[in-house]
Amino acid sequence: MSLQSLTAAALAGTGRPVLIWLASVGRITLFFARTLGHMVRPPFYPREFLQSLIGIGYLSLPVVGLTALFTGGALALQIFAGGSRFNAEAVVPQIVAIGMVRELGPVLVGLMIAARVTSSIAAEIATMKVTEQIDALVTLSTHPVKYLVVPRVLAALITVPLLVAVGDIIGIFGGYLVGTLRLGFNPATYLQSTVNFLEFWDIASSLIKGAAFGGIAALMGCFYGMNSARGAQGVGRATKASVVAAAVLILAANFLLTQAFFSV
Amino acid sequence: MIELRGIHKAFGENRVLQGVDLDIPRGESLVVIGGSGTGKSVMLKCILGLVAPDAGVITVDGQEAGKGDRDAFLARFGMLFQGGALFDSLHVWENVAFRLLRGTLKRPREEAREIAIDKLRRVGLKPQVADLYPAELSGGMQKRVGLARAIAAEPEIIFFDEPTTGLDPIMAGVINDLIREIVVEMGATAMTITHDMTSVRAIADKVAMLHDGVIQWTGPVAELDTSGDPYVDQFVHGRAEGPIEAVR
Repeated sequence: MSLQSLTAAALAGTGRPVLIWLASVGRITLFFARTLGHMVRPPFYPREFLQSLIGIGYLSLPVVGLTALFTGGALALQIFAGGSRFNAEAVVPQIVAIGMVRELGPVLVGLMIAARVTSSIAAEIATMKVTEQIDALVTLSTHPVKYLVVPRVLAALITVPLLVAVGDIIGIFGGYLVGTLRLGFNPATYLQSTVNFLEFWDIASSLIKGAAFGGIAALMGCFYGMNSARGAQGVGRATKASVVAAAVLILAANFLLTQAFFSV
Repeated sequence: MIELRGIHKAFGENRVLQGVDLDIPRGESLVVIGGSGTGKSVMLKCILGLVAPDAGVITVDGQEAGKGDRDAFLARFGMLFQGGALFDSLHVWENVAFRLLRGTLKRPREEAREIAIDKLRRVGLKPQVADLYPAELSGGMQKRVGLARAIAAEPEIIFFDEPTTGLDPIMAGVINDLIREIVVEMGATAMTITHDMTSVRAIADKVAMLHDGVIQWTGPVAELDTSGDPYVDQFVHGRAEGPIEAVR
């Protein structure tokens, strides 16, 4: 094989996935724009929106709470152990608070939502597609994006910041439990240190991240569900792709938002 | 009423429809027959705008499909899907009354529920079924619910996609009779897709045979057995030998 053909094969091998990736980015962007368009144009489906609020928000509370509680506790132990290397054990309340609120709260809630909600949305919509329920919606004069996508994305945009707020509080509480019961901190001092240390922008950035991650999680579930291939394998692939895409996008968005909010 | 002229549709290299011409007059029940994978469902989805044809024109009462008010266009249709396509998350009555609970035909929930129960009764289901979920029903009951949903808003045109697939002969007979009764009673224009010859004889006024992407033959159901068309003869008698390849 000549050098020229080897180079061409290598370029083609690199170019093909890049083109596929760019096409996916384009399709997701168009899907997002279409969803935004339907959000502001009637008809609206309040019943479906309420169901999505409960499904995405309320029913995610246990998993979010448990994740945050254990993470806050582990964080307190790590900071105490690490801080003791240079006599900085006293900063446990402050670092747990800022770590949970700025980073771990939103990211962990986002990833938990990607695991629980994105997969469920993708599987549900993909199944609806392969069983012709999406076609049935169209023949019943109901736009599938309006009926299936808009309520879920809106509900995620509203409820995930609230879940992040709950996660932040429970995570700090986890750190408080470990700090006071295991590490010997005074309860009142621990709480006082936490409250005094946190600033408005720490909390605001946490909630903004929550909204962004919620939107990403719901949008990915809907996009991959609506574009699912046929059969059980198609549903499986759509579900897997939606969770992977949501998790990666959440982590990427977290970096970009952190850079935008806190870069010095 | 419905006219298809020169409809072409391909999926990649697979040219499914290659110039379909078909007329369905108002109030007539047309049954389209043809082997599996010959494009019967694609043709039906082209009429509804679920699949965009590559070429050709489809008109309904002179109005080109896909142009003008889409909701008003679709409001004229009812459709029974092959697998029922009932919405799993909704009760049976909410499935039947789906069109009556939202959009331009919206009614109060109680009224919509009454209409749904009435339609369920029309297809031979008891009112108790109304509060069940589709997953709690047998295949035959799901077909009936799908039929009730198709007629709930009293459409002018009803499509039936493989209405008896997966049903035992007795239940298939019940569905065939129901379709015939309802179409006659409502005076609707009907188009049914099937390869079940018992359904064809029970439902059709006129039959069209789709093969190789074109309509090979059309004629009244009474002439089906004497059509003289080798494709129709082979299909009607279920012969492995003939112009239609058994292995496709």
